[in-house]
Amino acid sequence: MTADTEVEAAIAQALGGEAPVGPHPYDHLLRSERLPTIWCPGCGIGTAVGALIYGFEQAAVPKEKRVIVGGIGCSSRIVFYAKTDAYHTTHGRTIPFATGVKLSNPSLNVVVFAGDGDLFAIGGNHFIHAARRNMDILVVCINNFNYGMTGGQGGPTTPAGAFSTTTPYGNPEFPFNLPNLASAAGATYVARWTTLDVRRLRTTFAEVLGRHGFRFVEVLAPCPVSFGKTNKIGSGVEEMEYYQGLEVLKSRVESQEIADTNIELGKPIVVGKFLDRERETFRDRYARVVAKARGPSS
Amino acid sequence: MTAAQNMILAPQWDRSRTGTQFLSGDHACAEGAVYAGCRFFAGYPITPATEIAEHLSERLPELGGQYIQMEDEIASMAAILGASVAGAKSMTATSGPGFSLMMENLGLGYVMEVPTVVVDVQRGGPSTGLPTSVGQQDMMQARFGPHGDFTSIAFSPQSPQEAFELTVHAFNVAERLRTPVLLMMDEVVGHMHERVIIPPAGEIPLVGRPKPKVSPEEYRPYRPGPDLVPPMALAGEGYAVLLTGLTHDETGQAVTTYEAQKALVPRLREKILRNREVYERVGLYKTEDATTLLVAYGITARSARRAVDLGRSKGLSLGLFRPISVWPFPAEKLRSLKNVTRIVVAELNLGQLVLEVRRIAGPYAEVLHVGNPGGDVLSPETILEACMSPPGARP
Repeated sequence: MTADTEVEAAIAQALGGEAPVGPHPYDHLLRSERLPTIWCPGCGIGTAVGALIYGFEQAAVPKEKRVIVGGIGCSSRIVFYAKTDAYHTTHGRTIPFATGVKLSNPSLNVVVFAGDGDLFAIGGNHFIHAARRNMDILVVCINNFNYGMTGGQGGPTTPAGAFSTTTPYGNPEFPFNLPNLASAAGATYVARWTTLDVRRLRTTFAEVLGRHGFRFVEVLAPCPVSFGKTNKIGSGVEEMEYYQGLEVLKSRVESQEIADTNIELGKPIVVGKFLDRERETFRDRYARVVAKARGPSS
Repeated sequence: MTAAQNMILAPQWDRSRTGTQFLSGDHACAEGAVYAGCRFFAGYPITPATEIAEHLSERLPELGGQYIQMEDEIASMAAILGASVAGAKSMTATSGPGFSLMMENLGLGYVMEVPTVVVDVQRGGPSTGLPTSVGQQDMMQARFGPHGDFTSIAFSPQSPQEAFELTVHAFNVAERLRTPVLLMMDEVVGHMHERVIIPPAGEIPLVGRPKPKVSPEEYRPYRPGPDLVPPMALAGEGYAVLLTGLTHDETGQAVTTYEAQKALVPRLREKILRNREVYERVGLYKTEDATTLLVAYGITARSARRAVDLGRSKGLSLGLFRPISVWPFPAEKLRSLKNVTRIVVAELNLGQLVLEVRRIAGPYAEVLHVGNPGGDVLSPETILEACMSPPGARP
């Protein structure tokens, strides 16, 4: 039995009847021979991947111009499933790699898609510097509050007091507020959604993929196996219900309010498009360097 | 505005920079990169390599290229890989502390098979060590620095002229074999100024990376040609390229099995070892009748050459074997010198390349080492003294 037919049989059994057949509408945009994914039941990453592909389509980004750079972790596995030019780099180094890709061929639409540990622990320095430069890349952070692939260790976004395999007495550290960090460092577009907000997430990607500058989208995603269970939130569906109960939508957060977007266990979770501003990009400014270096005759 | 003021505000550089120049090794290296078609440099300031970054920050925008100063050497190494997969010939330059930080993504470059050039202008170490003084202590790091199995290619120039030529060669080799290539300079060669002759564009042939000859549907990013080098499609060419640092199959998909590892890792090594004619270079001086052979590279080869002349004036049959491509070590060329009974390896460390020479020549020759812990060059007299030492007197 092939992997595909096994999955179909499993779906059929779960539904108590026939498996749904027929092509998936995104089959041609996926490396479908690689499916099913490695992601756990109830995981939110697939939802974000689907939304990103939708965004590419809606923004009419030509297929050959789409580049995804992943690091190490569950989220970065997107490179093996999404059919674009795709680079699976070292842990935390997605952003400088993507910087090289973008500057080498500015016609490419470069997306960094990685997890909270990859982007904000080992890769934190690269994040703030790329935001400072206003580098032309979209950074998507799947924030599931823990290191899922290695089995649920605490990280830079684990809420204070939350349990993980390395915070068995509750997390003594405070987490980063990612939108606040991105905004302070110089990002031009900052949004946060949960994987419950599928429509808004899709709309956000469709909008942001057509923009320039350093853009940041945080996606809060259930990780039932590593985070939900440990913190008695429960299954993937129950983690979505947890979000549903706590989500507060703010369409735009003023700079003095952005600190209120902290994530604490059991407290309201503010989501929305927090920031959308114009700022000269690195490439805009470097074009002037090139003009100066070449002198008036050329 | 006077003409002089205008010159300062809008300098009209001679963009070709050919002909006879008076350049430091660092500047010659930077000009070699320009000559080779490098149009992307990412780096981080560090003595004694900073002048390469400074020079390229001025030169690359003139040529429509890209200079970027990154937040550290980790990012610099990642950026030059990214630039290369999207089509640019790319380079970074650093010294020991930065070279250590680059090991992570240098390993990624070997397994992803990304052509790029990394320059290490060596200073005394370990750690911060001697920022402004010479050393040749990163030679084993150049061979074994990143974790895992791979084979590196490294060159070591003895002069600014050679820094220029070997930088061009390093780009050609990197592109031809789809691999990172190291240029192991040293502080003295980096900072010394000498005459450098830059030939007209085109006189040194430039090599591009092998390109796919099949459709995107048939293309496999890691399917090697007969020379074990896989043709390389770029980002943006419609091939949906997939490259990863995980062990992978020909499609680029992660396959973390023993079988996949066996198919991949030995090929990375063989790709380098089977294509020696692409990169191997050796300098020979009075080796025809030599029974005692000096082996030296970089600035130390200049002292060793003088030691050969001093020794010959005393009646010793000395010769110099200079591995210009230090890794992989040109073993067969060393073995081909049949009269040699004693080899003295001179280098500015406590014994690095000597280990490789002893492995190769130990069965047939006495192999000695003369070195120092970095901080100064070796004088010809010191090297000659080692050559004349009685058997068994030196390690």
